Amino acid sequence: MARTITFQKAINEALDQEMDRDPTVVVFGEDVAGGQGAGGELDAWGGVLGVTKGLYHKHPGRVLDTPISESAFIGAAVGAACSGLRPVAELMFVDFMGVCFDQIFNQGAKLRYMFGGKARVPMVIRTMWGAGIRAASQHSQSLYSIFTHVPGLKVAVPSTPYDAKGLLIAAIRDDDPVIFFENKVLYTVEGEVPEESYTIPFGEANVVREGDDVSVVAIGRMVGMARQAAEELAADGIDVEIVDLRTTSPLDEDTIYETVERTGRLVVVDEDNPRCGMAADISALVAQNCFDDLQAPVQMVTAPHTPPPFTGSLEDLYVPSAARIAEAVRKTAGGRVGAAS
Amino acid sequence: MTTGQEAPAGVTKLGMPKWGLSMREGKVTDWLVEVGEEVAEGTELFEVETEKIDGAVESPAAGVLRRRVAEVGAVVPVGGLVGVLADPSVADADVDAFVAAFQASFVPEEAEGEAEAPTRTVEVGGRRLRYLERAPDQPAGDPVVLLHGFGGDLNNWLFNTDKLAERRRVRALDLPGHGESAKDVGAGDVAAFAEVLGGFLDAVGAGRAHLVGHSMGGAVALAYALEHPDRVASLTLVAAAGLGDDINADYVDGFVAAERRRELKGVLELLFADQGLVSRKLVDDVLRYKRLDGVEAALGTVAGAMYPSGRQVTVLVEELDRLEAPVLVIWGEQDRVLPAAHAQALAGRGRVEVLAAGHSPHMEAANDVNRLVAGFLDDVERPG
Repeated sequence: MARTITFQKAINEALDQEMDRDPTVVVFGEDVAGGQGAGGELDAWGGVLGVTKGLYHKHPGRVLDTPISESAFIGAAVGAACSGLRPVAELMFVDFMGVCFDQIFNQGAKLRYMFGGKARVPMVIRTMWGAGIRAASQHSQSLYSIFTHVPGLKVAVPSTPYDAKGLLIAAIRDDDPVIFFENKVLYTVEGEVPEESYTIPFGEANVVREGDDVSVVAIGRMVGMARQAAEELAADGIDVEIVDLRTTSPLDEDTIYETVERTGRLVVVDEDNPRCGMAADISALVAQNCFDDLQAPVQMVTAPHTPPPFTGSLEDLYVPSAARIAEAVRKTAGGRVGAAS
Repeated sequence: MTTGQEAPAGVTKLGMPKWGLSMREGKVTDWLVEVGEEVAEGTELFEVETEKIDGAVESPAAGVLRRRVAEVGAVVPVGGLVGVLADPSVADADVDAFVAAFQASFVPEEAEGEAEAPTRTVEVGGRRLRYLERAPDQPAGDPVVLLHGFGGDLNNWLFNTDKLAERRRVRALDLPGHGESAKDVGAGDVAAFAEVLGGFLDAVGAGRAHLVGHSMGGAVALAYALEHPDRVASLTLVAAAGLGDDINADYVDGFVAAERRRELKGVLELLFADQGLVSRKLVDDVLRYKRLDGVEAALGTVAGAMYPSGRQVTVLVEELDRLEAPVLVIWGEQDRVLPAAHAQALAGRGRVEVLAAGHSPHMEAANDVNRLVAGFLDDVERPG
């Protein structure tokens, strides 16, 4: 039965159901088991924002605390995955990933290639991303493009509770390493989610709104921003189609090209920084493959090329807003669609 | 539920219908009658487009169309006012007063928060089955049970449930392996589903019922009626399986195999004469179902048990002589899944209606099907 739950609960449920289904699934990270018995707490904290709360007692011995050493426990995840477990490691903020690049880029991503397909690395690294909670530069970056860049990794960036559960279950069952991006601002967002387990295949973008005038390709939290912009633009007679990528690796190029072929106008919305990011990559793909379909230059709406600011007023300007998306759509539409046509 | 002014005598509210559990609003895409035009009950008044499917809305009464409250292009919440029909004797001022009073007091369903769970579940033979129940305050006659086809669910009856429930208690069931029912299909053949149907009738306390089955659900209803004539008040077979061994294997195999939207869309288009009815939302809903754990195995078992090598295993034509229940057969002449010629197996045994539609006349020609079924049930229950 589908019922309405939060994004955070959807993640918790995916982990819980996969641990029930498969005894090789283990969860570890900082404070996923800690906190129990302290200060009147009976349960573990379940990680810094409580996403894994409730799992510790339900799955004895399979929810493990790690030292505050990301390089060590991400290395352990690669090793565990190579030797028969399906580890789900929680790396609190993606900003901390830098200290474990060797484990991820040089080991996890490459083992299957190096051993001619005979090795498997069924590992998931869950991590929080995105600005918007006044947590400053070291806790607010987007960074999925860095992992998308590396062959051998898969990257999921869900935008809804439904997608979060289905993509996480698919990630856990996948035999390749997956970096699973959870936007912390989305944790409290609610949506309809089936009680049963289900999977969403990687590399299938979702058209979340159909429209004829301008295509918007968006990622993660930006999908909701694009929806807000689309409502505003609809009132002006501009009909926006929104494509939610859901995974950046593999990338569903076909759905991007199909929408651009229909509308001839593209805005890419990406909360990441602009240089060498998803927005630039998608713009280049479209320029290369849909040049004849384009009726206007592609617009990119991204964060600026700066670290996320700590000052609240600046942080609010840093994250692409519905207003900026609407402005970009109007620019690419150039008055040639909607009410004016 | 929704509030809004009750219509005064001689005035009929034309509201936005609710087609299916998830519908919240609909867009008026065309008006089929002019203001001032006299219409009969059942005249098609306006076309509605929803996120999932399009359809025409019929007039609930005879009268003159007095107001188009929602013009073409307007989006109206379920239960909201689309137009007003009234007797010519009703003054314009009274019509306007009704419109004003209705609009002032109407609150869309969604704004009032979650209503009670629209569907129910019941345990049958160790399986949890979901069903939708609709009934008027004083239901007439035996209840009606609606049985969907292969890969379908109770939402396939979105245009029919409320209409048939104007007079009778109606229950639309998710068969095992389908919709939100348990995914264990047992042997997955017609007999196994017929047994589940019997268990369902017991569980909901329906001693006798009118069975309405589409496609695979038709074969299930027919098989049950042959085994339990005392419990089947009538049988309505909509593009039913079990009446010949032909079946379009591309549909069955394609439905089981399709993993992505593009593949599935092509398969679902086989269900309709008008392929434009296969909206993105329709495809997405089926994909969501197909991606539930256990569904792939369930569909594989059913397809293997009922339709191996592109033929139907259970053909009940030879047994029709011992069928006791009155029968109505409805088929779409452009059916691309089961040949419309199969309808003739029951010619002489019951009424056969072939409509301008594909494999899903209950969706594509919903108003005709509703009228045929309601009239048939009335005839069956008419004393003498």
